[in-house]
Amino acid sequence: MSTKIKLVVIGNGPVGHHFLESLVTSGKANNYQVTVFGEEPLPAYDRVHLTSWFKNQDVSDINMVSNGFYANNHFTLHIGDKVTQIDRFKKIVTSENGVEVSYDKIILATGSFPFVPPVPGHQRDNIFVYRTIADLEKITAAAKTAKVGAVIGGGLLGLEAAKALQDLNLTTHVIEFAPRLMAVQIDDGGGKMLRKKIQDLGVSVHTQKNTQNISDGDNAVHKMSFADGEELETDIIVFSAGIRPRDELARQTGLGMGARGGVVVNNHCLTSDTDIYAIGEVALWDNKIYGLIAPGNAMAQAAVDHLTQTGDSEFTGADMSTKLKLMGVDVASIGDAHGTTPNCRSYTYVNDREEVYKKIVVSSDDKYLLGAVLIGDAAEYGSLLQFMLNKMELPSEPEGLILPSVDGSSTGIGVDALPDSAVLCSCMNVSKSDVIAAVQAGANDMAAIKSCTKATTGCGGCTALVTQVLNNELEKQGVEVNTDLCQHFAHTRQDLYNIIRVEKIKTFAELISSHGTGLGCDICKPTAASIFASCWNEHVIDNKLHGLQDTNDYYMGNMQKDGTYSVVPRVAGGEITPEKLIVLGEVAKEFNLYTKITGGQRVDLFGARSEQLPAIWKILVEAGFETGHAYGKSLRTVKSCVGSTWCRYGVQDSMAMAILLENRYKGLRSPHKLKMAVSGCTRECAEAQSKDLGIIATENGWNMYVCGNGGMKPRHADLFAADLDDVTLIKYIDRLFMFYIRTADRLQRTSVWMDNMAGGLEYLKAVIINDKLNIASELESEMTNVIDTYQCEWKTTIEDPEKLKRFTHFVNSQAQDDNIIFTTERQQIRPALASEKLIMEVN
Amino acid sequence: MAQSTTNSTKNTAKINWLSICQLDDIVPNMGCCALVSNASNKARQIAIFRIVSLQGEEQLFAVDNYCPFSQANIISRGIVGDLNDKIVVASPLYKQHFELSSGQCIEDKSVRLNNYAIRLNGSTVELALSSLTAAPKQEQQKNPQLKQEEK
Repeated sequence: MSTKIKLVVIGNGPVGHHFLESLVTSGKANNYQVTVFGEEPLPAYDRVHLTSWFKNQDVSDINMVSNGFYANNHFTLHIGDKVTQIDRFKKIVTSENGVEVSYDKIILATGSFPFVPPVPGHQRDNIFVYRTIADLEKITAAAKTAKVGAVIGGGLLGLEAAKALQDLNLTTHVIEFAPRLMAVQIDDGGGKMLRKKIQDLGVSVHTQKNTQNISDGDNAVHKMSFADGEELETDIIVFSAGIRPRDELARQTGLGMGARGGVVVNNHCLTSDTDIYAIGEVALWDNKIYGLIAPGNAMAQAAVDHLTQTGDSEFTGADMSTKLKLMGVDVASIGDAHGTTPNCRSYTYVNDREEVYKKIVVSSDDKYLLGAVLIGDAAEYGSLLQFMLNKMELPSEPEGLILPSVDGSSTGIGVDALPDSAVLCSCMNVSKSDVIAAVQAGANDMAAIKSCTKATTGCGGCTALVTQVLNNELEKQGVEVNTDLCQHFAHTRQDLYNIIRVEKIKTFAELISSHGTGLGCDICKPTAASIFASCWNEHVIDNKLHGLQDTNDYYMGNMQKDGTYSVVPRVAGGEITPEKLIVLGEVAKEFNLYTKITGGQRVDLFGARSEQLPAIWKILVEAGFETGHAYGKSLRTVKSCVGSTWCRYGVQDSMAMAILLENRYKGLRSPHKLKMAVSGCTRECAEAQSKDLGIIATENGWNMYVCGNGGMKPRHADLFAADLDDVTLIKYIDRLFMFYIRTADRLQRTSVWMDNMAGGLEYLKAVIINDKLNIASELESEMTNVIDTYQCEWKTTIEDPEKLKRFTHFVNSQAQDDNIIFTTERQQIRPALASEKLIMEVN
Repeated sequence: MAQSTTNSTKNTAKINWLSICQLDDIVPNMGCCALVSNASNKARQIAIFRIVSLQGEEQLFAVDNYCPFSQANIISRGIVGDLNDKIVVASPLYKQHFELSSGQCIEDKSVRLNNYAIRLNGSTVELALSSLTAAPKQEQQKNPQLKQEEK
């Protein structure tokens, strides 16, 4: 190809970015010389999850652009620069900073702006909108000196904004003009329930309030005066009264516009100029603006298909059904939520105790679903949506779809009945056939499905349904989902855990004779040993248990490649006295051990022969050290920064918390290793978000992050709960760890455990925080038992002459293994290579 | 105490049995390592395993302690068990399984540990000196590519 087509993308929001990703996916990106303009100072970020920015005020949490995306694809990105002119005759766009780029095709993705009604006083200081990170920064700054905040607008975004204000510790009010919250999406009954739930969370809701004037307040910055004569004083006002398309550039360029704004587009998202496409919230299709991410993405795809001629998708309107979590409350709206279809029927289920409201709207013959509203529990959203989108016939007595099942059986949709084309994940546009194809290509768990199809990674509303399709497909392929632990036990690890717990089994012989076959193996034995330890916490090399242990647990050290072991004493939180540090140095010197500082803030001593271990540990134990369990599938370390005691930025004593936690959970055996960290402020020097359990200090307590890990597939931990006090924090960790120990598979890190859990993070919160399964006190008491029975495994061992006999290399000789040979490198020992050993032998 | 098995006691020729240790020195369903030499051989490390079935039946096995995959003397520290009815030990470093009665590696047919005749004489574990004549396998090297756990 001699010359590339010059493509200018105006707007770098989520939809503009989705267009670029789709262009890359089409395989034709190379045919284009792409220039992107974004007005904001940052590349595309996920506006849908704007509230999560408040947790850390870290843009990377919501950044949408993968590393090197622009550079790798040779896209030119001008951020912080707004296009001010399109010259359609010279075919040149000009930016505010004076950049001029000639074009062949333009993608207009300028989005929308928040509508601020011209209420007198709306231009006062401390009045904001809620759209960009810059808006959020302004709100955050203003909140520092404010006590009260009010949001004008009780729609979806308004409630998001209210959550933000509440997170900033403001007394929060929501002012809505209509008689109910989310008036467009939900009906009266749903609105009532939503209002109740949101008020329970401490937000005051005022409906049917028409703000007429904003003036100086007596006790606060502003006084809002309403049409009904009432007043409200507040320090901050956030307008969230709807959006309007950002169409001024298009208007000035002379493109065809709608009567009330918006750039008119056809099914290919082409404007009145066949070289200019418009997508997202600036585009007007069939006289409608679509203010959701999924239709925006669909428009982007239609534009890519038409532009590159690589597909034939058209934008023909979009379903505006939506499911979201507002301030922790599940809210979903499907189709004709208000029941406006002539002759339709509706069925309603209201549960005041659980604060759940569910309504379905069906056709007059009860055969087809037309709409639904779900408040408080939106578990049925996925299946209801499929019934509607695919016009599938409903079961007789369709009310069963929203009634709680008495016998625990699912009344949901049979996934077999779904057509292959059914879109399961509308955010990422993943169809049933996409999921099936992924399974056929080898993805056989949810984690794999997520990474190869991106399904469930948007709003997450489709998780249950995607899981069902996955399992159904695996079953169909005859991939028997064999969850047996190994050939000796036709049980999962979770089953074995329950069996051991309930039947109080304490030996492997008992376990295998009553629930398994054969002798056991190197899979089931250590698994059983780990469960025994989690349940009964007896010494790992107790006579009845030591034969089950992997060599690392048996020798209470990590076997290295040459058969020697490493010695890692516990240094809780990484805090160590000079005296103890000297002891480590002296031991290393005396036994000639290779010495290294670990990533977990302690010292690793390598090259100890098995027979040296007791002597080494005797010295260490006498100096006050304990075993560090570096060898166990158990708590490793709690990494920490110095926190408020030394650091000028620290807001809590992270050091003391780390030591407390490390001492609390040391010795806890689990399905895989557990790592923790505590940071004393939001700068996060302890890297807590890369841990199974991370804790970050806030002004008000501790933010708790769960299920992160480093290693081969790094994963950031998810925020689980915010601003916890010490007692609540520890209670949640107790429950979470015990729940993990109870339900995870063998060698399953917490991240994979959670990713494979139906309902994921939200389910975990329901179990741990809200005690949905009614097991919290049981989990806590199980943890208490483990903590109360802690012993330093090495201390007990060196006190027992019988156990010490086991550390000699030979049963019949005191000789040493002559194959362990070291050489010197950088003034320390290292195992000699085979070639080096040969030379030594010859000499 | 139940009968012990031996691998080559049919031979009527006089076998010199070397006393290694007491049976009680070996924990049931575990291994230990013996240092063994006769006049003509360099001292050799032999992994000895004591397998006791749920019914109490005792079996003794002896194979090389040297693991050709890791080139370290560690076989005796592996976890024992059975795979498809074969009694095996799993190498503690890279987890290959070796059949105890033959030394055969399950995952790699080209690798076999030497195995040795062993018996229980009263309460004493004895190894047949003659079985030591097999060549030691120290030179053999194999790629340790079996499932390595994430560190």
